[in-house]
Amino acid sequence: MAEEKIRVLVAKPGLDGHDRGAKVIARALRDAGMEVIYTGLRQTPEMVAEAALQEDVNVVGLSILSGAHMALVPRILELMQANGQEDVKVFIGGIIPDEDVPKLQDAGVTGIYGPGASTQLIIDDIRAAMSAAAN
Amino acid sequence: MSADSIDIQPILNGDRLALSRVLTQIEKDSTAGRDALNHLFPHTGKAQLIGVTGAPGTGKSSLVNQIAYHYRHPVDDSQPQRIAIVAVDPTSPFTGGAVLGDRIRMRDLSGDPDVFIRSMASRGSLGGLARATAGIVQAYDAAGYDIILIETVGAGQAEVDIARLAHTTLVVEAPGLGDDIQAIKAGILEIADILVVNKADRPGVENTERALRNMLQLAHPAKRVFRHHGQQMEVDGADEQEYEALWIAPIQRTIATDGEGLTELLEHISQHRQHLENTGELARRERARLAAQLDELIESQLVSDWRASLKNGVYEHALDELEARHLSPYEAVQELVKEQKK
Repeated sequence: MAEEKIRVLVAKPGLDGHDRGAKVIARALRDAGMEVIYTGLRQTPEMVAEAALQEDVNVVGLSILSGAHMALVPRILELMQANGQEDVKVFIGGIIPDEDVPKLQDAGVTGIYGPGASTQLIIDDIRAAMSAAAN
Repeated sequence: MSADSIDIQPILNGDRLALSRVLTQIEKDSTAGRDALNHLFPHTGKAQLIGVTGAPGTGKSSLVNQIAYHYRHPVDDSQPQRIAIVAVDPTSPFTGGAVLGDRIRMRDLSGDPDVFIRSMASRGSLGGLARATAGIVQAYDAAGYDIILIETVGAGQAEVDIARLAHTTLVVEAPGLGDDIQAIKAGILEIADILVVNKADRPGVENTERALRNMLQLAHPAKRVFRHHGQQMEVDGADEQEYEALWIAPIQRTIATDGEGLTELLEHISQHRQHLENTGELARRERARLAAQLDELIESQLVSDWRASLKNGVYEHALDELEARHLSPYEAVQELVKEQKK
């Protein structure tokens, strides 16, 4: 009766206009049986947090290629926390310099993926994070 | 909070996270979700339900965005209405996954705390809505939203469930999608309370509008006088009283990307609402809607009870008999039902 669907918000915060990566991920997660809410380009942190709240997602996937991740991501996490959604897992894809990775992980990001990461790896990581959260 | 009981008070008080979480439970059809709906139901029946349907790519999401925006920013000095939107997109029949993209067109509404948007996957349901859409609408209604906009999956010809759920159904067309034979086929055009020709800046809009107008005239008894082979001919229409009770779907051109025609569209929606109230049709539709929901629940309950009561292997045995052509499907049903009564 009750089926557990993983709901994922795929968002592109910030100003870069390259959404192919986000679309590839959306498509891959769909094919893995997840429900993907795709919000499109140029989202503000407020828009991302609001969509995550209204859609009651399990996972937020952020695609950021602009280099603004150290400004955008902590803000999104802060807003989601204020909304009571600290249990939502956040994943980031894009161009993230190595030295920023531990900072983002400390801030609460679950997974960070650069160019060339396989979609299967991301799918497996999301599933693992979900079953860890369920137990 | 126990696993199968949800406190509904925060939802009634307008707590958005509580609402969002209960929507998830309703969508899952969990015990907690059903229990919450039981408690929310007495608080429903106040909202105005507007359905938006039409073929993929006609601009339903953009139109919903504009309708909501206009209700939030009225041109006259009327009170802005609180809006909730549920937008359904299809689930893959192969993987069970879905990409829900209706929010992309609704960015004008973000940042407004009196607008709530929820995307839903159809999860195998075929009528253009998901099975739980009616439950989501009830939760919105109880949460005090004045207007609930329901966007169906991109619908072809037979996805007409929306007409049973909404008070007012908008069918969205766009130029270049079909000829006048499409317009007289049964199905989606029949359920329109208001026909919207969106993308009205595209070529061919006159043809689309003419085909729709002809379709409507064929269906409605209006008095007509015309000349045929040099003779004056007259066709009697309905008398005035009958005419009063009729609602003839207006056709409204819109350009959803820049808001053209939206003020007029909202005017048609409010006229239709008036019409429903004046003719008693609102109460009739409400009752029919509840009856449809009751029937559906009875059926699914009876079927699941019956299946649970069947002895092991009986169903499979009947299936074997069918496969071997020893029984016809009708005979198999008779056998199975008899088996259960024993």
